[in-house]
Amino acid sequence: MSNLMNLTLKVWRQKNDKSTGQFVTIQAKDIADDMSFLEMLDIVNDDLTRKGEDPIYFDHDCREGICGMCSLVINGRPHGPMEGTTTCQLHMRSFHDGQTIVIEPWRAAAFPVLKDLAVDRTAFDRIQQAGGYVNINTGGVPDANTIAIPKVIADEAFESATCIGCGACVAACKNASAMLFVSAKVSQFALLPQGQTERYERAQAMVDQMDAEGFGNCTNTGACEAECPVGIKLTNIARLNREYLGAKIFSQRDVHA
Amino acid sequence: MLDSKVPAGPLAEKWSKHKFDMKLVNPANKRKFTIIVVGTGLAGASAAASLAELGYNVKTFCYQDSPRRAHSIAAQGGINAAKNYQNDGDSVFRLFYDTIKGGDYRAREANVYRLAEVSVNIIDQCVAQGVPFAREYGGLLDNRSFGGSQVSRTFYARGQTGQQLLLGAYSALNRQIHKGKVKSYTRHEMLDLVKIDGQARGIITRDLVTGKIESHEGHAVLLCTGGYGNVFFLSTNAMGCNVTASWRAHKRGAFFANPCYTQIHPTCIPVTGDHQSKLTLMSESLRNDGRVWVPKTKELAAKLRKGELTPADIKEDDRDYFLERKYPSFGNLVPRDVASRNAKEMVDEGRGVGKTGVAVYLDFAEAISRMGEDTVRAKYGNLFDMYAKITDENPYKQPMRIYPAVHYTMGGVWVDYNLMTTVPGLYCLGEANFSDHGANRLGASALMQGLSDGYFVIPYTVGDYLANLGSFAPVDKNHPAFEQTRKEVEDHVNKLLALRGTKTVDDIHKELGHIMWEYCGMARTAEGLTKAKGLIQDLKKEFWTNANVLGENEEMNMSLEKAGRVADFLELGELMIDDALNRSESCGGHFRLESQTEEGEAKRNDEEFTYVAAWEYKGENQPEVLHKEELIFENVKLTQRSYK
Repeated sequence: MSNLMNLTLKVWRQKNDKSTGQFVTIQAKDIADDMSFLEMLDIVNDDLTRKGEDPIYFDHDCREGICGMCSLVINGRPHGPMEGTTTCQLHMRSFHDGQTIVIEPWRAAAFPVLKDLAVDRTAFDRIQQAGGYVNINTGGVPDANTIAIPKVIADEAFESATCIGCGACVAACKNASAMLFVSAKVSQFALLPQGQTERYERAQAMVDQMDAEGFGNCTNTGACEAECPVGIKLTNIARLNREYLGAKIFSQRDVHA
Repeated sequence: MLDSKVPAGPLAEKWSKHKFDMKLVNPANKRKFTIIVVGTGLAGASAAASLAELGYNVKTFCYQDSPRRAHSIAAQGGINAAKNYQNDGDSVFRLFYDTIKGGDYRAREANVYRLAEVSVNIIDQCVAQGVPFAREYGGLLDNRSFGGSQVSRTFYARGQTGQQLLLGAYSALNRQIHKGKVKSYTRHEMLDLVKIDGQARGIITRDLVTGKIESHEGHAVLLCTGGYGNVFFLSTNAMGCNVTASWRAHKRGAFFANPCYTQIHPTCIPVTGDHQSKLTLMSESLRNDGRVWVPKTKELAAKLRKGELTPADIKEDDRDYFLERKYPSFGNLVPRDVASRNAKEMVDEGRGVGKTGVAVYLDFAEAISRMGEDTVRAKYGNLFDMYAKITDENPYKQPMRIYPAVHYTMGGVWVDYNLMTTVPGLYCLGEANFSDHGANRLGASALMQGLSDGYFVIPYTVGDYLANLGSFAPVDKNHPAFEQTRKEVEDHVNKLLALRGTKTVDDIHKELGHIMWEYCGMARTAEGLTKAKGLIQDLKKEFWTNANVLGENEEMNMSLEKAGRVADFLELGELMIDDALNRSESCGGHFRLESQTEEGEAKRNDEEFTYVAAWEYKGENQPEVLHKEELIFENVKLTQRSYK
């Protein structure tokens, strides 16, 4: 049977984006080790609700590690202590009875706190809107097999494309840089033939939007890669830098126009 | 009798002819129209992007913090298309036939044929967007096989096909947002439909951050809001998936069709305890290489449950590979409903495994010895990792434990061939509608339908409606209907916020889930359903007298969000029971114990039930009225499904 544990939580509580927040200590009792971290929070919230207290607001949705909605800095680490794992897939067997767990929202100027542990990540959407696509309309495209793509290239592009847009890379970075996030999308298209026609304009536009949103500069320390729950690699950032340099030299049009 | 508006003519020519017959809106006039799209999954994002490309003004709404979070993202296995790249005998007609048969002859022929027809365009579109599908070493696209089919027509991106397709549609949507053709509203929930002179003219939403109740006007409204599987509390749906948008539209006149058709997916990670918040699916593609088994005897199963034996201790002769035994030609690749019912049968016989005894094995030992662990890892690595994280067991070393879980809902808002509901100007796309999967959906068909509806059907059909409006005038946002509907939404919210009882909303949701799973799950009887109806009515009363909803409207309030959704699930649950009671035959995922063949398979009653059951809302606590759409089969012969 599963083992039960009692935990002390220090949770960031903040009423809304206008108020200042603070850590609040909450006890979590009888937590089974086969529960997920978010199920532990469900139980804490159930307790609070029964006492008539405001439950802790946190973002989550699929609970399968793919939608990218869950977040949380747990004991100083985005998505908690387990490598390659989102918070929703983190299980309580990674903790022990009597442990104190500090739970905070993502901390970044570009991700303002909305309430408790939920932050506003629409900056990520705006970066994607600036250039994270191939400029084609629905219909009128060639047969899928007219474009042959070497398997190794397709696989590498796929690896970059698996970014779930959670923002852990930003939360992990001292400078709150979004380079890993931006580079993943730029890399996907830089690798694939479909992305070639606009590769430099894309890199330029997405980097410009990233800067406009207030994300910091890359530290080159690799904290983003270490905390990324889906293993997006630093080589993507190297590629982004090359693409960006290419944009400075080869860009065919003024992307600001 | 409902009019499906299926065009006349031979099956293979209906869609082409209809596309020509429909009226067009000229490019200069398209920008005078605004279209509201609710939900940004595959159906919603693809529709919004395609319509905006044509020149319409589009507003999108999603409850998540970004359009990219929609639950389409979690689809694992793949997407079907009749490309016949494998030269193995596939064709549009075969995909049509497999889908009709897989749905147990309870879907509309013309819709399914159109789906198969445009399936090939979907793959072209996605590849052009840069979706990184799996490829062969020669650089061309790879395929795999899936349940309910004997050809390899499933395109995939490792175990993350839904993610890659959704990110493709999201990229197309982003492009239009950047161009200013789409205005995206995130963290917004649709709470009602606004009708003017009988036509859909807008929606009422709640801003989930500020609580502001807002009106949005448009010339047409598209519901792309997914399925209602969370009525069972535990399902493979995301936590936020809900029926509210569809249900509120239903209460405004959109008929709700075949609500009892729910899909219980055979390969999910079993339930472990009461604390569980959701169930996790393991892709059906695992059944390509995994073998499903239980021990031959109850005694061995008991020892496995107690931990006295491990699966490795069970000799080959003592294992019952029950799907291979009962269905030699399809084996482990029988359709989902058949695989699920058989797993339940094993558990009911006392041969279930795992601590709870409510599981069967899915074993990869044979595949690993045949292909090597590395090949298995390349094909299914992320699924194996996910399983290991959740269960703390290594599926490379011991068989997975799996059990069926609620996964998909074939029923939904009734739509005609044009995807229009019974409310003019209100459309419904993707899982939220009822149209293409009959009583059971085949694997890798949900992604296909969502994208078919969004990229290739609605851009044509909505134009015909708008062209026939006879006016390009903007919708009058000062019309009293907006104020009236907004007021009704506010009253509803206030009524919920006034609940100060002793039960949490989750308590009630869990009870509803237990009732639905017990009486309206994998096996249903008249007696059980009748009992369940009473239980749900009582539970609904309890909700409105004894639920506890905290906080206020003007804040991020998850207690209020949940309460609104559960209130609607309670009403839907009762309709599902009514529908399941009415349909005394078995078909696909709807299994009435009273109606089975000698071998225990679902036995249809084509004489009486070859129709779509579409329900009309008649007011609070009034019985809903049944309307029938007769299903006419001109191109396939109705037979007892056999996968033997």
